[in-house]
Amino acid sequence: MIKKRYILNFPPESGDKAFTYHLVKDYDIRINILKAEVFPGKRGSLLLELQGKKENIEKGVEYIVSHKIKCEPLDKRIYFQEEKCIDCGNCTAVCFAGALTMNKTNWKLNFDKNKCVVCELCIPACPLKLFKIDFN
Amino acid sequence: MSKIKTYEEINQKLKAGKAVVLTAEEVSKMAQEASPEEIVEKVDVVTTATFGAMCSSGAIINFGHSTPPIRMEKIRLNGVPCYEGLAAVDSYIGATACDPDNPTYGGAHVIQDLLEGKDIVLEAWGKGTDCYPRKHIKTKININTINELILFNPRNAYQNYNVAVNTTKKMIHTYMGTLLPNLRNATYSTSGELSPLLNDPEFKTIGIGTRIFLGGTQGFVVWPGTQFHTTRPKNELGVPVTNAATIAVMGNLKEMSPEYIQAAYYEKYGVSMFVGIGIPIPVLNVEMAKRVSVNNSQIQSSVLDYGTVGTPKLGEVSYEELRSGSIKIGGKKIRTAPVASLSKARKIANELKEWLETGNFEISKPVQMFPQNTSLKSLKETEADHD
Ligand code: SF4
Ligand code: SF4
Repeated sequence: MIKKRYILNFPPESGDKAFTYHLVKDYDIRINILKAEVFPGKRGSLLLELQGKKENIEKGVEYIVSHKIKCEPLDKRIYFQEEKCIDCGNCTAVCFAGALTMNKTNWKLNFDKNKCVVCELCIPACPLKLFKIDFN
Repeated sequence: MSKIKTYEEINQKLKAGKAVVLTAEEVSKMAQEASPEEIVEKVDVVTTATFGAMCSSGAIINFGHSTPPIRMEKIRLNGVPCYEGLAAVDSYIGATACDPDNPTYGGAHVIQDLLEGKDIVLEAWGKGTDCYPRKHIKTKININTINELILFNPRNAYQNYNVAVNTTKKMIHTYMGTLLPNLRNATYSTSGELSPLLNDPEFKTIGIGTRIFLGGTQGFVVWPGTQFHTTRPKNELGVPVTNAATIAVMGNLKEMSPEYIQAAYYEKYGVSMFVGIGIPIPVLNVEMAKRVSVNNSQIQSSVLDYGTVGTPKLGEVSYEELRSGSIKIGGKKIRTAPVASLSKARKIANELKEWLETGNFEISKPVQMFPQNTSLKSLKETEADHD
């Protein structure tokens, strides 16, 4: 079993197909939707975490790509210079994924990388500019 | 008769290592069980603190004279413009000053770089006079080469501040952080029950001459801050429910620590500076004991819509609610986030407590108290004469 993140970009004509259903049913892939932006009749994007057997994920991705959907592995991560953080909390105001939270006891910043959906909102929100994108 | 203590008595106890010093959070907790009469018996000094972005900050610098000397009439430090109207080699660098071509690096960053011991490029121009013949100089300075480096902040440590929200459909970037559209977040900035001016809301112990913790060293309150406003709406305990009074502070930047002075850049807003301030409040009598006992549920703040012109008020919430992680406005639950550091404020309150306990910090009686009943004028637009 492996876990991989992909960002899917839909052209307008592919927006109405039940891709996620097929990924689950035909390729036995567990799907976690991390972020979805759909503009009806226009383009759309999905940030998915796929979990399953390596060959199934590969086949599933092939299936998606064959329908003119751009599918890129999401290798980027948010990198954070923890040692410089002053725990001001500004970044927690924008992190709706719950990756950045204040510890309610000591009021220090807590960063749970696993919850990050790479929305990048924390990058401009930090007044010390401590977040950067890491492209692995 | 309840006990009344003097500054001298408290200072003697501090020197002898016999004074009881608590942080404002500790005394608020104590007050759940102890009466103000008991608190005045038990506690001598309460330490308060805040660590937030304070735009109205800056430093006075004296560069020293070069040979031949120059009357500096245009000054840049790492490209950041500084005020040139003080004297030949004196300047004031405002924390928010910046070169429009490099808006993310400003006066606060210059101050921080100086504090960290880094070299800064000083470039200055003058017209050349008989006594100051030089017209241009470009050199490097650092914290050791300059004479004075004095932090002078005309408006700091706001007594309470607004909670910021945004009702519009667009995300906005403000000095209260990023405000998401449709009331999706709310930000707040004071340290609540630990906040200096919320523990002495009527300025019975804080005034001109009060010795404070400033940026990691001892500094002073030198004046009421600009926009000093004492007639703001108050709650039943006399605590203002919105931004009210402020203090002007001063101290030797050379002795300060980068841990408590931190440059900041707010997206699409500009440069600002986090400043650490701690104020000791002597528990002189029952009234002061009551004041320092205030807790987060007894301090409210006004929720303002920063997305709409005129920042209309949408409601009032307590610091207890703000700290819980969400507030309710018009029936809608909104997530809250701080934009000032409570963990740092706590560190300051504890450091100041240690200074007091070890006899390294004397409390001072103000040489003059602040004015009462002040209000603010707004800027009226009239036709300028020489247009
Ligand atoms: S990119 Fe930043 S704001 Fe977005 S989810 Fe990750 S940590 Fe949170
Ligand atoms: S905004 Fe930056 S400095 Fe503030 S808590 Fe987040 S990471 Fe730390």
